[in-house]
Amino acid sequence: MSSASPSLSRQDVAKVALLSRLALSERELDHLTGELSKIVGFVSQLADVDTSAVEPLAHPLDAQNVFRDDVVTPSLARESVLRSAPRHDGESFLVPAVLGETGAA
Amino acid sequence: MPPDPLQLSAVELVHAVRSGDLTAVACTEAFLARIERTNGVLNAFLAVDREGALARAAEIDARRRSGKPLGPLAGLPVGVKDALCTADLPTTCASKMLAGYRPPYDAEVVARLRHADAVIVGKTNMDEFAMGGSNENSAFGPVANPWDTSRAPGGSSGGSAACVAADMAPVAIGSDTGGSIRQPAGLCGITGLKPTYGRVSRRGLVAFASSLDQIGPMARSAADCALVLEAIAGHDPGDSTSLRDEVPSYTRALDKPLTGLRIGRVPEHFAAGLDPEVARGVDEAFAVFRQLGATVHDVRLPHAHHGIPTYYLIAPCEASSNLARYDGAHYGHRAEPGKGHRAEPTNGHRADSGKERDGAAAFESPLVEMYCRSRAEGFGPEVKRRIMLGTYALSAGYYDAYYAKALRVRRLIRQDYLDAFQTVDLIGGPVSATAAFPLGEKTGDPLAMYLVDMYTVTANLAGIGGISFPCGFTAGGLPIGFQLQGPALAESLLLNATDRFQSLTDWHRRRPPLAV
Repeated sequence: MSSASPSLSRQDVAKVALLSRLALSERELDHLTGELSKIVGFVSQLADVDTSAVEPLAHPLDAQNVFRDDVVTPSLARESVLRSAPRHDGESFLVPAVLGETGAA
Repeated sequence: MPPDPLQLSAVELVHAVRSGDLTAVACTEAFLARIERTNGVLNAFLAVDREGALARAAEIDARRRSGKPLGPLAGLPVGVKDALCTADLPTTCASKMLAGYRPPYDAEVVARLRHADAVIVGKTNMDEFAMGGSNENSAFGPVANPWDTSRAPGGSSGGSAACVAADMAPVAIGSDTGGSIRQPAGLCGITGLKPTYGRVSRRGLVAFASSLDQIGPMARSAADCALVLEAIAGHDPGDSTSLRDEVPSYTRALDKPLTGLRIGRVPEHFAAGLDPEVARGVDEAFAVFRQLGATVHDVRLPHAHHGIPTYYLIAPCEASSNLARYDGAHYGHRAEPGKGHRAEPTNGHRADSGKERDGAAAFESPLVEMYCRSRAEGFGPEVKRRIMLGTYALSAGYYDAYYAKALRVRRLIRQDYLDAFQTVDLIGGPVSATAAFPLGEKTGDPLAMYLVDMYTVTANLAGIGGISFPCGFTAGGLPIGFQLQGPALAESLLLNATDRFQSLTDWHRRRPPLAV
């Protein structure tokens, strides 16, 4: 770990919120700054474990990539998927403009 | 007179339906009536499919009458955790984000239950996105513990545990990422099995932490768990992490004598923090296993005490990635423009950058603003906390210090188990440090809540199976849980050992004094 007693600033937490795509209220930001500092402090105890000779284990089974034959199989019907979309036009999902200020769907 | 379905085990129910002593309709009606009487108090079910269940039961009865073959779970009512997709019932994961959501397909486990002629009676309550150990993180209200309705049932599969404990269904399906089957089973006095990672397909299980999640059965006994596991286990081409190993007959392996079985006991499990009443119950369970012919040996799991910090890095990291799919565009909640609270800019630049005029300017684009507001409105506090923690631990500059470090410790934790299973066949111990705790006791302190999984997370990190079952009661009348863990794919042995324990004890037959 990078430091013995990590502490997150309110600004760090605000940056993480944007990366997380979460619009947090001022109150939530205040709360999370304290809570996350405490949790990060807690998990930082792993720094004391000697892992210099240990490879990371991302998956319990050491799974290998699984290949299948490249054949077309049935997939979900378009309407059954679009049925759950908040906004759609029968063919596509509708979302606000990706660039700029206008054109929200 | 036909038997009272509420008094029968799942094995007996299936037999009674098959032989014609009991119709599937009568069986389903009995449990639906029980749900109707008790759900107002317990809140164990988020959706009940009265019509669908009765129609299914009638169809099974008709098939039996005409002599057509029936599946191995014919007529068996099942409660399914709301984390599993059901095409004909809402699937919410107890989140406002997915309120009313109807998935376009059934989870593989749901499809296998239907194929086995089980009757799905409804979807059970849970902690939102399976994140929690008390079921208090449900967006649709907490579940009450049937043994004491002022206490938590545990979590995250709290609804599944409570519904079995209160006879609202003879069996239920749960999922276990860090203890979410075993801990609530322990706190509610039922039997719950977390199979080896990959034994049961995860396709259609709403993903929380994909390298840890596993679906398993919850029931009143090991024999009933074996019946259900046999029907849901096995390779699924739709889940590339599901194991290809053949599924043995779990139901036929139950009565093997335990003579010579070596059970490990971890001295560190009995260190400070373990409630003395729980410690006593657990030690009495070891004595029962000795009576059954097993021997008990001290084993060491030197890195097990790092389980909680390791888990609370890996699981949130995986969750932050998995839950990125809730974007307000494809399905789930979407914030309406201009509605709800005016979100503050969250890039932290407002105070020190004169360029930012107002909140909206900080969101890069209307699309990003829609993402941020939809997610802020749809997710509850614990889900936000874990997404934030995972995003932080994976972000530039911290990845090696937190995520990669946790993955290295994970390997040490797994190696401890591999070493221990060189000298013992199974490892026994407590499921939780205490019996069921009062609702509200830990809700103000996230870290205290995280610690409830201290005895269970290591099995998920190592990918091995574990089972929990009642081994006694506290003076206050709350169940005490015992956990057995085994090497990968030792489900037969876990179920066999638990069944033999239950042949000598009657803790699993006790029923809560629920006044309804």
